Amino acid sequence: MNIIQELQGKFGKAAAMLQETRDGIPTLWTTQDKVCDVLKYLKTDTDRPYRMLYDLTAIDERVRGSRQGQPDSDFSIVYHLLSFERNEDIRIKAPLKGERPSTPTIMGLWRSANWYEREIWDMFGIHIEGHPNLRRILMPTTWKGHPLRKEHPARRTELGKFTLPVEEDEREESALQFRPEDWGLGRNRDGTDFMFLNLGPHHTGTHGILRIVLELDGEEIVNAILDIGFHHRAAEKMGERQSWHTYIPYTDRIDYLAGVLNEFPYVLAVEKLAGIDIPDRAKVIRIMLSELFRIQSHLVWLGTFAQDLGQLSPVFFTFTDREQVFRIIEAICGFRMHPAWFRIGGVACDLPKGWDELVKEFLHYLPGRLDEYERIVMQNRIIKGRTRGVGVLALDEAIEWGVTGPNLRACGLEWDFRKKRPYSGYDQFEFDIPTAAEGDSYARAVVRMQELRQSLRIVEQCMRNMPAGPYKSSHPLATPPLKGQTMFAIETLIAHFLSVSWGPVIPAGEAAFSTEAAKGGNTYYLVSDGNTMSYRTRIRTPSFPHLQIIPEMSRGLEVADLIAILGSIDYIMGDVDR
Amino acid sequence: MNSVVMPLAVIVGVLFVLTTVSAGLIWLERRLLALWQDRYGPNRVGPFGLLQVLADMIKIFSKEDWIPPFADKPVFVLAPTIIMVTAFMTFAVIPFTPGIEVADLDIGVLFFLAMSALGVYSVVLAGWASDSKYSLLGAMRAAAQMLSYEVFMGLSLMGVVMLAGSFNMRDIVEAQRGLWFCIPQFPGMVLFFIAGVAETNRLPFDLPESENELVAGFHTEYSGIKFGMFFVGEYLGITLISVLIATLFFGGWLGPVFPPAVWFFLKTFCFICLFILLRASYPRPRYDQLMSLGWKVMLPLALLNLVITGGIILIKG
Repeated sequence: MNIIQELQGKFGKAAAMLQETRDGIPTLWTTQDKVCDVLKYLKTDTDRPYRMLYDLTAIDERVRGSRQGQPDSDFSIVYHLLSFERNEDIRIKAPLKGERPSTPTIMGLWRSANWYEREIWDMFGIHIEGHPNLRRILMPTTWKGHPLRKEHPARRTELGKFTLPVEEDEREESALQFRPEDWGLGRNRDGTDFMFLNLGPHHTGTHGILRIVLELDGEEIVNAILDIGFHHRAAEKMGERQSWHTYIPYTDRIDYLAGVLNEFPYVLAVEKLAGIDIPDRAKVIRIMLSELFRIQSHLVWLGTFAQDLGQLSPVFFTFTDREQVFRIIEAICGFRMHPAWFRIGGVACDLPKGWDELVKEFLHYLPGRLDEYERIVMQNRIIKGRTRGVGVLALDEAIEWGVTGPNLRACGLEWDFRKKRPYSGYDQFEFDIPTAAEGDSYARAVVRMQELRQSLRIVEQCMRNMPAGPYKSSHPLATPPLKGQTMFAIETLIAHFLSVSWGPVIPAGEAAFSTEAAKGGNTYYLVSDGNTMSYRTRIRTPSFPHLQIIPEMSRGLEVADLIAILGSIDYIMGDVDR
Repeated sequence: MNSVVMPLAVIVGVLFVLTTVSAGLIWLERRLLALWQDRYGPNRVGPFGLLQVLADMIKIFSKEDWIPPFADKPVFVLAPTIIMVTAFMTFAVIPFTPGIEVADLDIGVLFFLAMSALGVYSVVLAGWASDSKYSLLGAMRAAAQMLSYEVFMGLSLMGVVMLAGSFNMRDIVEAQRGLWFCIPQFPGMVLFFIAGVAETNRLPFDLPESENELVAGFHTEYSGIKFGMFFVGEYLGITLISVLIATLFFGGWLGPVFPPAVWFFLKTFCFICLFILLRASYPRPRYDQLMSLGWKVMLPLALLNLVITGGIILIKG
């Protein structure tokens, strides 16, 4: 009995209505009063349960045209759960009615729902009943409106002229003032006053604009409050305004260190919606570029991790190595950090002459350097002393909080989307999934160090076995279309003209695609209304849930430990705030 | 006449050389770090970038002398001068060559320890007077770190004093004519070097500063010339510890062929480079790890060294 029949048997057909989607993830509509029970059943009662709340988001359905077979609603809330035992996802949707709807919190089931529900309130104005701290998370507290509602303009210019008088400026400033009472924190304990230390948004240890307010007793962290959103660029809203094709460069800048690793799930999701098959050569080129970017992202992590622990030199060494990666990327893409290189249906162009020589040189160069880092960073006794047993995350907790990627593997679970759900031909490659058991900061570092070598293995296999053939699909929706036939066949000319001037029209439907990015599970959930633009673009990034555990991990430790934990988690603020 | 002019000339000469050396060290450190980190370092201003220091000095002198409105003004101004003054004072008892020494004090080693203890006030007062949380944390760390490392710093030198039979630096150098104290007092030397690194707040013991955690620690709020004084004070400290190691453990000016001044300079230079190499290679331990290293490892070792040295001297009679 599959999970759909199980739920329908348990809750009745009306509370478990199946919806067709393009990605094959079972998608069930339930009712608002039953949603908590359904989720609870999936998390605890069913055998091989769905233990991870992978994503939680909402859709503004009010102007959507094609909703055949779906219950009538103004907004819908979408719960994306993941079961490791089944290696399956499930999507539960609940319809919400009215302009200002409300829905019950599921924080009792998953504590990680906290930030997701705050995001829904912030972005859609959907009230979450029973949420202990329902306040804006990505937008400033002084913001008016809820940006992802369809009536909210996508361009700043539509809101009229921008002015910032002195009083307004002061109001914005004072809104940033931290008041412990707002967060339910006391100012003292047993007669000792706490010190509230404002760490960031501009601080050398926070890797970007993250603000952490620390409640300190001496140097011991009693509590930590994270304030995010300083890097918010409305990437999801932009998805509703850009054509399917012109959105690709925006994805690059989500995890701005990982370039094509962001484009990967996006183009895969679009291709699933459009039903495009990718030629083998394009698949292998994509994998090679992805792994090069993974190496590059991990090298930045390694340098900054050592830097956070006070070691000055490794960051210069790893950035030198990173230049070697960029040499290859630049030769292939003509761009360094944000190459906008993947296309719907393939990649932008074929590999240049001599690319294999560059890759060969690099494969020869990096392993020796990695051995050196193993010695000077990983084997260093002070580094071990600073990171072992610091920021320990138990596996159950990691799953509860939605942790993915190297951070999850450092807790002992062998889970990697490249291996468990091979996409784009990853099943054709030989590589291992490094894991560690301790779940502390050192274990996370160990896993990443080994991943660097595994990525090198994959790149080498790509180099040796690069298939011949086209680099882009000949499917009519592949963008921009191949130009070989345009001057000879009128049909191709028309298709080419429309696809370049309007952009492709992607058939209506919904699809999500999850890939293993440098930092963890990265998913693009796209809703198409049969238009040249996406109706809703949801970006599930790995760094968002990872940041949410920092208070849990750092309580009772010292300020220096917090910096070590931040370094070991490897987050990117662009990835958190989108 | 000569009895007045000569000492004055020595004092002015020592001050001039020290200021130049510690400023030049900024260039040296940046170039050496760059060398070890696969980059170039400052190489634009003058030959080999040597005039970079001059350019930096002009910049820092012409900056606005700003004091944060919330700071405790008199103490805030006083703090950076203390570190300069105490460092300069200590150089008074150093015999650079047989002929060049400012003051031939019989309690030279004690005088150094006293001055170095006073130097702690600079950091603590700076952190306190800044009235900033990061500075305060830095100052707290500095107070704890420097006090605990001072304890075994003094003890680690006592072996040398026992072997030489004097606190006088000149006598200590003369006592090393046969054998430099770095051989019989090897543990003492290692302990003193570690304590010296901690006293100067250099990596791996730069916890009062620790820019990854505390922005800039105790001198977060400082800018312009007052920041410059902390900066030069740090390099004076490096020079001082290197000079002391050369004097107390490596025979000061003693050495064949070259004139005494050259030997003294060479020995000091080696240890200065060692300081910089440490910064290029080590990460930073945590505060509590640093404290337990000081009290649980270094202090017992220093005491043990003292007991063994005393025992050997007794047996030898």
